[in-house]
This record gives sequence, structure tokens and C-alpha cells, in this order.
Amino acid sequence: MHPAPSVILFTVLSGLGFGFLAFLTLGLVQPQGLAAFLSFGLGYALAVGGLVASTFHLGQPTRAWRAFSQWRSSWLSREAWVSVAALLACAPVALRAMGGVVPGGWGLIAAVLCLGTVLCTSMIYAQLATVPRWNHWITPVLFLLFALAGGAILAGLRVPAGVLSLALAGMLMTAFRLGDGRFAARGSTLATATGLGSIGTPRVFEQPHTGGNYLMREMIHVVGRKHSQKLRAIAVVSVALPAVILWALPGGIVSNGLAVAAHLAGALAARWLFFAEAEHVVGLYYGQR
Amino acid sequence: MTCLPGHTEKRLGLVIDLDTCVGCQACVTACKGWNDQGYGAPLSDQDAYGAEPSGTFLNRVHSYEVQPFEGAAQVVNFPRSCLHCEDAPCVTVCPTGASYKRHEDGIVLVNESACIGCGLCAWACPYGAREMDADAGVMKKCTLCVDRIYNENLPTEDREPACVRTCPTGARHFGDLGDPTSEVSLLVAARGGYDLMPDLKTRPTNKYLPPRKKDARTDASLLAPLLDLQAVGLAGWLDRVLGKI
Amino acid sequence: MTIRQPYVETSPPVSDEVRKTTCYMCACRCGIDVHLKSGKVSYIEGNRDHPVNKGVLCAKGAAGIKQITAPSRLHAPLRRVGPRGSGAFEEISWDEALALAVSWMKPLRETAPEKLAFFTGRDQSQSLTGFWAQGFGTPNYAAHGGFCSVNMAAAGIYTIGGAFWEFGQPDWELTKLFVMFGVAEDHDSNPIKIGLGRLKERGARVIGVNPIRTGYNAIADDWIGITPGTDGLLILALVHCLLEAGKVDLEYLSQWTNSAYLLDETEGATKGLFVRNAESQPFVIDRRTGMPASWDAKGVQPDLGAVWQGHRTVFQHLAARYLAAEYAPEAVASRVGVSALRIRQLAAELARVAFDEAIVVDREWTDFRGNVHASMVGRPVSFHAMRGISAHSNGFQTARALHLLQILLGAVETPGGYRLKPPYPKPMEAHPTPHFEVTPGKALSGPHLGYVRSPEQLALKADGSPARIDKAFSWENPFSAHGMMHMVIPNAHAGDPYRIDTMFLYMANMAWNSSMNTSAVMEMLTDKGEDGEYVIPRIIYSDAYASEMVAYADLILPDTTYLERHDCISMLDRPISEPGAAGDAIRWPVTEPDRDVRGFQSVLIDLGAKLGLPGFVDASGAALYRDYADYITQHQRKPGVGPLMGFRGNGEDVGRGAPNPGQIDAYIANGGFFQAHVPDEAAYFKPWNAAYQDWGVAMGFYETPQPYLFSVYAEPMRRFQLAAEGHGHVQPPEAMRGRVRAAMDPLPVWYAPFGDAAAEGFPLHALTQRPMHMYHSWGSQNAWLRQITGRNFLYVPTKVWVDQGFSDGDWARVTSPSGIITVPVAHMAALNENTVWTWNAIGKRKGAWGLDADAPEAVEGFLMNHLISELLPEQGDGMRWSNSDPVTGQAAWFDLRVRIERVDARTEALPQFGVLGNPGGAVQKSVKIFGKDFEKSLGAGGEGAA
Ligand SMILES: Nc1nc2c(c(=O)[nH]1)N[C@H]1C(S)=C(S)[C@@H](COP(=O)(O)OP(=O)(O)OC[C@H]3O[C@@H](n4cnc5c(=O)[nH]c(N)nc54)[C@H](O)[C@@H]3O)O[C@H]1N2
Ligand SMILES: Nc1nc2c(c(=O)[nH]1)N[C@H]1C(S)=C(S)[C@@H](COP(=O)(O)OP(=O)(O)OC[C@H]3O[C@@H](n4cnc5c(=O)[nH]c(N)nc54)[C@H](O)[C@@H]3O)O[C@H]1N2
Ligand code: SF4
Ligand code: SF4
Ligand code: SF4
Ligand code: SF4
Ligand code: SF4
Ligand SMILES: [Mo]
Repeated sequence: MHPAPSVILFTVLSGLGFGFLAFLTLGLVQPQGLAAFLSFGLGYALAVGGLVASTFHLGQPTRAWRAFSQWRSSWLSREAWVSVAALLACAPVALRAMGGVVPGGWGLIAAVLCLGTVLCTSMIYAQLATVPRWNHWITPVLFLLFALAGGAILAGLRVPAGVLSLALAGMLMTAFRLGDGRFAARGSTLATATGLGSIGTPRVFEQPHTGGNYLMREMIHVVGRKHSQKLRAIAVVSVALPAVILWALPGGIVSNGLAVAAHLAGALAARWLFFAEAEHVVGLYYGQR
Repeated sequence: MTCLPGHTEKRLGLVIDLDTCVGCQACVTACKGWNDQGYGAPLSDQDAYGAEPSGTFLNRVHSYEVQPFEGAAQVVNFPRSCLHCEDAPCVTVCPTGASYKRHEDGIVLVNESACIGCGLCAWACPYGAREMDADAGVMKKCTLCVDRIYNENLPTEDREPACVRTCPTGARHFGDLGDPTSEVSLLVAARGGYDLMPDLKTRPTNKYLPPRKKDARTDASLLAPLLDLQAVGLAGWLDRVLGKI
Repeated sequence: MTIRQPYVETSPPVSDEVRKTTCYMCACRCGIDVHLKSGKVSYIEGNRDHPVNKGVLCAKGAAGIKQITAPSRLHAPLRRVGPRGSGAFEEISWDEALALAVSWMKPLRETAPEKLAFFTGRDQSQSLTGFWAQGFGTPNYAAHGGFCSVNMAAAGIYTIGGAFWEFGQPDWELTKLFVMFGVAEDHDSNPIKIGLGRLKERGARVIGVNPIRTGYNAIADDWIGITPGTDGLLILALVHCLLEAGKVDLEYLSQWTNSAYLLDETEGATKGLFVRNAESQPFVIDRRTGMPASWDAKGVQPDLGAVWQGHRTVFQHLAARYLAAEYAPEAVASRVGVSALRIRQLAAELARVAFDEAIVVDREWTDFRGNVHASMVGRPVSFHAMRGISAHSNGFQTARALHLLQILLGAVETPGGYRLKPPYPKPMEAHPTPHFEVTPGKALSGPHLGYVRSPEQLALKADGSPARIDKAFSWENPFSAHGMMHMVIPNAHAGDPYRIDTMFLYMANMAWNSSMNTSAVMEMLTDKGEDGEYVIPRIIYSDAYASEMVAYADLILPDTTYLERHDCISMLDRPISEPGAAGDAIRWPVTEPDRDVRGFQSVLIDLGAKLGLPGFVDASGAALYRDYADYITQHQRKPGVGPLMGFRGNGEDVGRGAPNPGQIDAYIANGGFFQAHVPDEAAYFKPWNAAYQDWGVAMGFYETPQPYLFSVYAEPMRRFQLAAEGHGHVQPPEAMRGRVRAAMDPLPVWYAPFGDAAAEGFPLHALTQRPMHMYHSWGSQNAWLRQITGRNFLYVPTKVWVDQGFSDGDWARVTSPSGIITVPVAHMAALNENTVWTWNAIGKRKGAWGLDADAPEAVEGFLMNHLISELLPEQGDGMRWSNSDPVTGQAAWFDLRVRIERVDARTEALPQFGVLGNPGGAVQKSVKIFGKDFEKSLGAGGEGAA
């Protein structure tokens, strides 16, 4: 799939933001006054920024509001609802936190909505049978772990952040390994795509058009093996790095900053691969597999 | 409405005969021509006279080479457009309801005025049947010529899809695959029409008719010489041949 | 859940108006319904009532709407201001343009009319252009048939009085077995597709004989991947098998062919000619009496086995030749690349269907001898063939061989077989002979093109040198019935046989895809003599678009597009008949040009009047016709017979009748065409069917019935052999005797294509195919079509692909005996193992056709033409013959032999030439320089242009 920057940013930032908000609304960190204002502000900025970024890849951004209509069937629609609900639910918690009040049950609801948003986002991809690599339980798990690890790092919870980062790194490696086998496991081939397998072995003779088209730009993206191996390593190491940083270095804004930077770098690399390495079955028709 | 109408009164669709399609591309430009001025936004072309011409087409004809288990390789031309699936994933993923399946005839359409151009439906379609128009920013797809097949401004015999009407070899058939007695259903039954990627459980309405067995020697026994030429010579051959008149 | 879904307008108005005219995205001439919304063309679909396409359209036709808006359209007359080929033009008025043309042509007509050479390409107004050239008095006129498929036309006319190409078609409704030789598309684009569809529907069998298995051949039930140039051998081997088994239609042979004529065996000037009686008529021996009888006597039973005073029948000569061991499948198999068993299987299948599955249409008919036949017996085996056979230097003989095979099976003009379209069948004798004698200031005594019967009719001057610039109807190619357009530029440049002054071209992209050795041709067009003048002094060209050729003309007469003008698809030219009906059609301006352009035919008529050509001015010298539309209705070729056969006289007359001013409106009202149906009893056996002959006379095809016998033996060819053997007063030059003797065999023969002579070190055959969705060079200017095929690859068979270690994305250097190109390759398995090929005319010159200079057509796209030489390698005597069929002069495009080597991947195909600008575009009266960097970018070493 085409790794569109807007979508990569959207998923990474909003994931991070909602993760952080979850920690705040659960009261696992309890900044006071200005600190609270800044923390919630950051959480909101990331989450909303991400959502805004997501509209950049729409053909008709002005109609984005319509995306709320199909919650019954569409994960994208559900994401819209849950994200708005989450943002609203966080507001009172934030206000009270600035006043120094610890979030109570209401905070719990807000946190659930925040993580629910991340789950919905992940399900948009996980539901697609046409992209075997995504179409797996590990996709939501991965998205949630990204949110939690990122959130914990921002929250400065050194121990859980380290643990979550290592878990994430592990899960990421598993995802890469599982993912590589998914397309073959699904069993779609040019033979099943054309039904010509009954005669013999099909191969592309001529493409339908020598000119390009939307499908090929959007759904057929080939990454060199070397390139992806490098990026995979970078991604895994970067998401694990916060554990080392947070445990080895003395606490403080510097080490936290480094940890966040490492996590973000890993998340972006991982998310770029998430799209770039995902193969859509339509590629079969074009002999791209 | 973006939920699927469990059951549709009719199941209109196409049956494409791979034994007859010569790959002439007529259905491709006929489709472009009709839909460029028909349902919804025109099908735009970018860089039309430049280095990378690229436009929206609702129907494209591939060409595959098949190496049979024995015998010479074959070429099969393969038109590809929306299959108007029963369980259309493109519909259920749509967040706006723009993408829907008509309850009366099963045609899968995009309501362009509600489409936000998120592209998710195209991601959900296994068959590459949806293309986002770069100018209009909305999703385009085969409409089964919904603006032809019921069009009272057209003579009855013209109320069929543009691609079907133009196909010079008659390799494209249009009809109600929900009615087992319809011509298309009978054709599918007779010729073993099949689904594309059945494993993906989209239950396509369109069916493909497989190429007939090729290079199958007709078992005609070889011609027996009238007589032994060497022995009788031309004269003998002549008497024998002309004796037959 | 409740049903809520958007409202869809399912009955939108389709258009304000529909105008019915004739498509011209190619030469198939389908009927189209042009939809207009507020005066603008909004949609084009097929005309359901039209006999040619019955409602369907091909990819080109349906994309016509993009042709009439293409940025490549020329906008106004242009006069060259920079060096030729630089493409520097200035726009001028029509008055200036016509005055200039006249000032060039008038002096020529008065002093040396032959110095004007007028040649036309894709057009279908040859009855007008030929008539004009005849009036001008130059012998140098022809259309493009010589480089197209004259082998088909000539072999057909000399054998069955009709041809493949578009002049006949299989009996789609009744045939049970259909065999295609070398057909990718043909002119009958839609009819053939419709027909194939019918066969598939009926479950009839289709066999494709073709080195390449695409398109029609891809859907054939059976594919025979023959080695190029060897079809003649395959066919004669089939003939061998059929004779050997006695599976030939003897009744048919004796009744309807010249098989029972006697061949003179006496040594001397008459050897091998028909034995003739006192009235110098060939005769037959009647089986009933054993005595000579007139060939057309009632009840006569011509004896195929007769021997008369030592003279044997054609049939016996034929049998003797093809029963010989050299034609046995086992003897030809390896050469042909088809196993002997497969050949024998095919012969058996043909015989089974023709004889065991014969069909009977019980319909009484009467033949020209007056014999009444209770029914029509048919042999449901049909064939079609096109350039795969004809574009080889042995194409004429091969096409003759195929007609012979059809005849032996009794499968021509019988139910289920091959049927001709009116005005065919028509005997060779009913065609004119070539006219070429020049008298300054006077018209030619008759039409330029025709069918020669004997050496006396060759177009030779007193000194024996060719009278025509293209050397048509010379010893090099006596039967060049369509002229030899591909030789005009090379000959004019070489001043051989003589120099010309003005070359007048219409609708032919001679500076690119329609020339052999394209790079050299571009040089010939720009070459100057010592005097600093161009060797070809003046070039006038009419095109509608910014083709490569435009840049090489001195004066451009910009034409309209096909929706903006009148055209006439006439019985006098290439009509749209069906076997069961004569048909003609028109085009008319369904939309007005938005540019300063004029329909070429109207311009030609205007020029004719300004030059005072007979036929274009009345006694007082005043113009006879306002424009082409006026000509179409008023012109009479012979009394009562004009360009259009329908709605003549008071509007009711058909075929013959006085001119009718309302004729064109009547055609428009009728959907743009007219059909006259052949009576049922006249539908088959047309050459011999009295009812058909009478109908033909009534229609004006000929003045008296013209029954004739099929020429299994082509006596005119024997006359040329006799000349080569030293008989008669017109004889070939010494050096040519051998060639003429061999080529002019009166019974079909096979000889290796001349290309094979230079095959040493060039193991592969190189071919091109028509893409179904592109018409030669024009398709690429179409925004939709160019997205489908915007670049081409050289397709390489598995064996070579593996040997050369090719992989996807690779490039190769392709070398022929005369040139080198460097091109992208792709793998194809369904391909003859010694053949490479590509799509024809996809490659474009940078900047041409209104495309950006970096368009893929011009960057990666390529032409095969750079590899094909218009001349054969030197003969022993240092003489170089044209790369053409020795009988007809048909260009031997497919004789090409090459070798290929893998080269490093690159971004640009070679050769490349300077960038042309777009002479189309906005109309402003200003000098347009568009010869940006004009020096040729010849790559280093071998990689450059040949
Ligand atoms: N769409 C489209 N239609 C066209 C045209 C066009 O440009 N585009 N051009 C028109 C014109 S001008 C013409 S002349 C006709 C030509 O009509 P075709 O003759 O059908 O056109 P070609 O593409 O030259 O096809 C030649 C075929 O012969 C095969 N062939 C080559 N050599 C041999 C051989 O030795 N033996 C056998 N058995 N086969 C061989 C090639 O593989 C190819 O399939 O098409 C007309 N129709
Ligand atoms: N390698 C290779 N070369 C071949 C062949 C092949 O098989 N292989 N085929 C050969 C054959 S059979 C043929 S017939 C030739 C065809 O070659 P051409 O006769 O050159 O055919 P086109 O390329 O279509 O060029 C026709 C010209 O007419 C112009 N034109 C189009 N419409 C109009 C109009 O309405 N009015 C006017 N005035 N001009 C118009 C086009 O712009 C173009 O410049 O190619 C030959 N060349
Ligand atoms: S129009 Fe018919 S024959 Fe041509 S490509 Fe389409 S389906 Fe095939
Ligand atoms: S083919 Fe694709 S677009 Fe059409 S209904 Fe099926 S899934 Fe949807
Ligand atoms: S692109 Fe349009 S139709 Fe497709 S899912 Fe998005 S909103 Fe729905
Ligand atoms: S049915 Fe209509 S929209 Fe669909 S492919 Fe055919 S022409 Fe195009
Ligand atoms: S075959 Fe195609 S391009 Fe040629 S006339 Fe017919 S519709 Fe037009
Ligand atoms: Mo041609």
C-alpha cells in the first residue's frame, strides 16, 4: 500500500496523543495546575493534530462530517464517533485536574474512550481481507501497544514505559514475522484472481494500460528487501530504546525527551513499513506479487 | 444504507466470455465515453498529452498468458470491472454511506455527493474495481450503466450497458443472475461460469465463462491415399480420381 | 432495516440530437450515431441499422470524441519558411495556398505532367483522386495499396475475380470450419469480430495460422505457430494431401474453373498457353462426346482428364505438380515449423468438413450456361488471410495457393464457404489495363491502375525504361495493380527512372511509419543537389494532424476531421458491400470546423477547376462543381452512374439513374448509407449465376453479363514467362529473365522470401502487428487510446529470452542487414520460437502529434521500420531490386530478419531524431518555428540510426 505521509502522521500522532490522555485521565500521573494544563494540552494537540492530518488525504475534506453517519457498519465512522466522545470526555477531567482534583470514575470512562479510538483506528486496517498482512489480531494489539508505550513515556512513568516499550518491540518483531507469511497463507494468487488456474499457470502478458492509474499508485508499492530489513531493525531498536534510556540514564527532562524521540522515530518507521510492506490482492492482477 | 440489503429483488450483472474476448478494448473506451458524460462526475484524465497520461477508467482489459499443463502457451484477454458483489466489502467499510448496494437490482453505486474520497472502499475491493477521480476527488466505479438500462429516453434494445452494446464479439452479456431462467443464468450454467477469488467471500454477481479447451486435436483419422502413386503413376491416379465423377 | 437509499435519475436525457454518419477512426467505415448536446459532440455509439457494424464500435470508434478535440489538429494552411524538416512554417490564407499550388502545378501540366507525382495513403476517395490525376495527365498516381496488401488484391483478382482483404468474407452464418492465415485485424475490423462471435456462439471451429497468438488467434480453438514466410509451403502440402486422397471437388473444378482447359504442349511461343479454337477461344473436351466444346455451352461436361492432340488439361498439370514428393508434409514440415502429422490432420479436417459435412441450401438457380440447379450445395470450410501472407516477397504466389486450396475444396461462392461482396466477383478481363502515355496539357487516355494481361501492357517507355516514377507495371513487378507508393520517395530522390518536380501527398505519413528505412527517407526528403536546391524540389501535403510528415512539406493543405466534412464511400472505390448486398455510404459535417481548414476533396476539386482539368470545368472553363458534396451528387462516371448508387433520379432509382440534387439528404435521412440487396437466387455462385449477372448489369457494375471461370491456371503469367524465355517483341532485360521466369509461374509455387537470402547471421524473423485499438500513427494523439498503449516492447520468444538471459525491464539491440534499433524487450511464450515482434506505429517522433517531447511514445516507443530496407541487397550485376514481391511490387515488410543482443538498461529507445514542434495549436498569423534542437541525436557506434 502507498505509505501516505498524512495517514502515517495521523495514526502515529493520534495514537500517541490518545495513549497519553488515557494515562492522564486514569490519574496514573497527576500533574497539577499549569503542568496539568500543559500535559492535557499536549495530549489534545497530538490527538486532534492527528485527526486533522487524517483529513488531508480526503478527496473532499469539507464533507468530512459525513463520516459520522455509518457507525453501524464502518470502523472509520466508529472511529469518528469514539474519538470525538473521547475528546469531550477528557475535557472535564482536564479542567478538574487543573484544579487539582484527581480523576475518578469519569476519568476511567474517558480513558476507555481514548483507547477505544485507537482500537477503532486499528480495526480500519485489521478488517481488510484484501490486505492479508493487516487482516490479523496483531494489528489492533500493535496499535494499542504503541499508544500505551508512547503514553507511558510521555507520562514519564519510567518503569511501566520501559516494560511496555520492550513488549512493543517484541510484538513488532512478531508482527513482521507473521506478516511475511500472511499473503501466501491467504492463498490468493493470479490463478484464483483470474480463475485461469484451471487451464495452467497464468502470467501477465500485457498490462491493461501502459499509462498509470489510481490503483497502481494507491495499492501497489514495492519496497526493496534490503531497505525494509534496515527499516525493520531501526523500528524495533528505536521502540525498545526508551527502556534503556529511562532505566540507565538519570531521570529528567533530557532522558524523557530522548525516550520520546526514540519512540516517535520507531513508531514512524514502523508505521511507514506497516503501509509500504502491506500487499493488496489487487496487485495480483498486475503481476505485482 | 451502507449496511448491505441482505437480499435484492434482482441480481443484475455481467457475464464475460473469456473464450470469445479478443481483447479489442472496445468496452474500455465505450465505458469511458458513456460515463464521461453520464452518471456523476466526468472521468478525468491527467497529463493527457504528456509524459505520464493517467485517467479514470471503470473497465480495463488485461492480457494474460497461460502455460497449460501440456501444449502451447495461450493468451487470454481478461476484462475487469465491478462485479457487483452480494457481500460487498466496499459498501460496509464506507463511513459516509456514499457507497451502497441498491436493494432493487443489487447494483453497487457511489453517491458522489456524499463521498468524502477517503479511498477506504477501494482498499476493501479485492478486484480493483474502484478508482478515485483525481479531479473530482470522489470514488468512481462501474455503475452497470444504471443510467442506460432503465433509460426511457433510449430505445428498448439500447437499454443495456455501453460496454455490452459495443462489444464486437458479443463476449459481454448483461442480465439478472438472480433469475435461474434468465439467458445469462443459463449461459453460466451451460458454460461453467465462475467467481473471481471466491475465497474472499464477496460473492460476486458477475461471472466469467472459461476459455474452451484449446489445441484439442479433432480425432479425424488421417486421409488415406487413394492408391499407391509410385505403383500406378499419375495416369492410374487420374483414372481412379475421375472415375469418381 | 428500512430501505433508505439515494435517488438516482435512471432516465436522464441522452442528448439533444443524434446525427448518423460514418466513422473514420479507421478504414472499416462503421456507421455511427453522433450525439450532440447544445451543438457539441457529447457521445458516439454504433449505428444498429448499419450493415458494417450492426451497432457495435471498436475501441477507436468509441474514442472518436477525443480525436476531434486533439491538440494535434492542424489549424490553417502552412507555408514552409525554414529548412525542410525544421518545421518552420508560416500560416497563410487559403487563397495564397491555392495560388501557390497552382503556380507550381500549371507549368508542369503544360510541359511535363509526369513531373507531378500524386500519391495518397489512408484515404477512400481514390475514384476522385485518380480521376483528378488522370485529368492532370501525369502517369504518376497511385494510392497506398502497393505497400499495403496488393498481393491479396491481385492474386485474388487474377484467380477468383475477387479477393480477401475487405472484398469478401466467410459465410459467417453457415461455415463450420474457419481458418485464418496471418490476420491480426484487417480492414473489416468489426465485421470479422462480429463474425468470430457468431462462430463461437454456434460452436463452429476456428483455426489460427500465425506465428503470434494474440487477438483473433488467441481465441482460435487451434493455433498453428507457423514460421513466417512459409505459408505457401504449408498450403501446397495440404493440396498434396487432398489430391493424394482424391478429396477435391471435381464437379466444381470442371464446371467453374479453367481446370479443363487444354495447355499447349508444342514448343515455342505458345507453349503453356491455352489451346484455342478458330475464334481464338479456349475450349474444353465434353465428357459426353469426347469432342471439343465451347466452355460456356449448355450442358457441357468439361473433361478434366482429357488429352487432345497431345495437349493435357490444366488439372493434369496441376495434379502432376502437387502430387510430387517435394510437397509431401514430411518434406516441408521442418521448413514450415509444423509437424507432418499436424499438416495431415489439418488436411483431413478440411476434407471431412468440406465433403462429409457438406450443406445443401435448397434454392433453385440457373447458371450462365442455362443449366438449372435444383439446390445450392455448399462446402462449409472458409478461409481468411491478410498481410501475414501478403507482406512477404512470395505473397502473391502464396495468396494464389490459398485460393487454389479454396477452389479444390469447392469453397468459394458456395454456401458455408468464402463469399465475395459486390461489385465483386468481377473477372480480371473486366478491369482496365494501366494507362501511362503522357501528352503535355492533355489528360491521360484512361485510368492509371489496372490488370495487365501480357507484356505489351506494361507501363514501359519506348526505350523499355519504366514510365512511372514508382516503376509499377515494369519487369520488376509486372502486376503492381496498386502502384508502389513505398518506392516514390527513393526513386524520386535517385532520379531513377527520372526526376520529378512536385510531390503531392495526401494522408500518408511517409516520413515515419509508412516508409521503409524511415531515417534514410527523412534524409532523402531534405537532401540537396550541387545547385543547393532540394533533390525533390517541391512537396505539397494534406494532413489533418501534426504528423511527422508535415514537417517535410513545403505547403500544407490542412484537412478537416471526419466529423467535419463530406466523404463518399462509393461503389466506384471501396464500398461497404456485404456478400448479400451492395452498399455505399457518406460522411457529412455533423459539426463545423473551429479552424481555418477545408475538406481535401473540395480543395482538390477547386484545384482541378483552377488548373482547368477536364472533368472539373465545363466548355467555358467554368468550375463544374461547387465542392465535394456537389461532385458527389452531380458527377457521372458513365451515364447514370455516379459516386452514390442510392436515391438516384427521382429518388427511387438504384445503381443507374440521373443525378439527384436531394441525394445526400436522402442518405442522411437513411442513416448515412444505402443498401441494394442481392436477390436470393443470386446470393451464391455469383460468377456463374445468371440472376446475379443480370442484377450486376442493372446495378451498373458492368454493361453486359460477365460470367467467367476461376483461374486455377493464370495464363497471363505464362505470357510473361514466355517473354522471359525469349518469345514476343516485349522482353525483359537480360538480367531479369531468370527472376521473371521464376516469379511468374502460372501455377502457384512457393519460394523462400527474398529476405532469407540475407538471413546469414540474422536468425530471427521480426514482425509487427496492428493493435486493435490503434490506427497506424493516428491513435497516439487520442487522450484515451494512448493510455492503453503509450509505448511498445519487442516481444521475445522463450527460447531467445532464456538464451540471452533477459529479464523484465531489459533492453536489446536489434540488428537487421540494413539497420539497428535499441529497444525495451518483454517475454512472450505463445510465439513462434524464431520470431520477435512489436505493435505497429506506436513509436513516435519527439514533438509530433501534439504530444509533449517526453511522451513515452517518443522516448521508449519505437518503430520497426528503421530496420527494413526499401531495396534488396545488390544482385550479381550490381543491380538493386526493391524489397517487394516480384509479381506485384507489394512491400515485403515481413521478410525482415534480425538478431538481438542484450544491452544495459536505458531510458531512451534508439534511433532518436530532433524534436518537432506542434504546427497545430492556436491559430495566429505568425511565423511558427518549431525545429528546436534539430541535429539528429545519433547514439554512438552501432546504436545510432541506420
Ligand atoms: N486497429 C487497426 N486496424 C487496422 C489497421 C490499424 O492500423 N489498426 N490497419 C489497416 C490496414 S492499412 C491494413 S493493411 C490491415 C492489415 O490487417 P492485418 O494483415 O490483419 O494486419 P497486420 O497487423 O499486418 O497482421 C499481420 C498478421 O500476420 C501475421 N504474420 C506475419 N507474418 C506471417 C506469416 O508469414 N505467416 C502467417 N500465417 N502470419 C504471419 C502477424 O503475426 C499478424 O498477426 O489492417 C487494417 N486495419
Ligand atoms: N513496420 C511496419 N510498417 C508498416 C506496416 C506494417 O505492418 N509494419 N503497415 C504498412 C501499411 S499496410 C500501411 S497501409 C501503412 C499505413 O501508413 P499510413 O498510410 O502512413 O497511415 P497513417 O500512419 O495512418 O498515416 C496517415 C496519415 O493521414 C493523416 N490523416 C488522418 N486522418 C486524416 C484526414 O482525415 N485527412 C487527412 N488529410 N489526413 C489524415 C494522419 O495524420 C497520418 O499522418 O503503413 C505501412 N507501414
Ligand atoms: S469489447 Fe468485448 S471483445 Fe473487446 S475487449 Fe471488451 S469484452 Fe473483449
Ligand atoms: S467488485 Fe469491488 S467494488 Fe464491486 S462490489 Fe465487489 S467489492 Fe465492491
Ligand atoms: S471513498 Fe467515498 S465511497 Fe469510498 S469509502 Fe470513502 S466515502 Fe465511501
Ligand atoms: S456496465 Fe457501464 S459502467 Fe460498467 S463497465 Fe460496462 S460500460 Fe462501464
Ligand atoms: S472499426 Fe472502429 S475505427 Fe474503424 S470504422 Fe469501425 S468503429 Fe470506426
Ligand atoms: Mo494497409
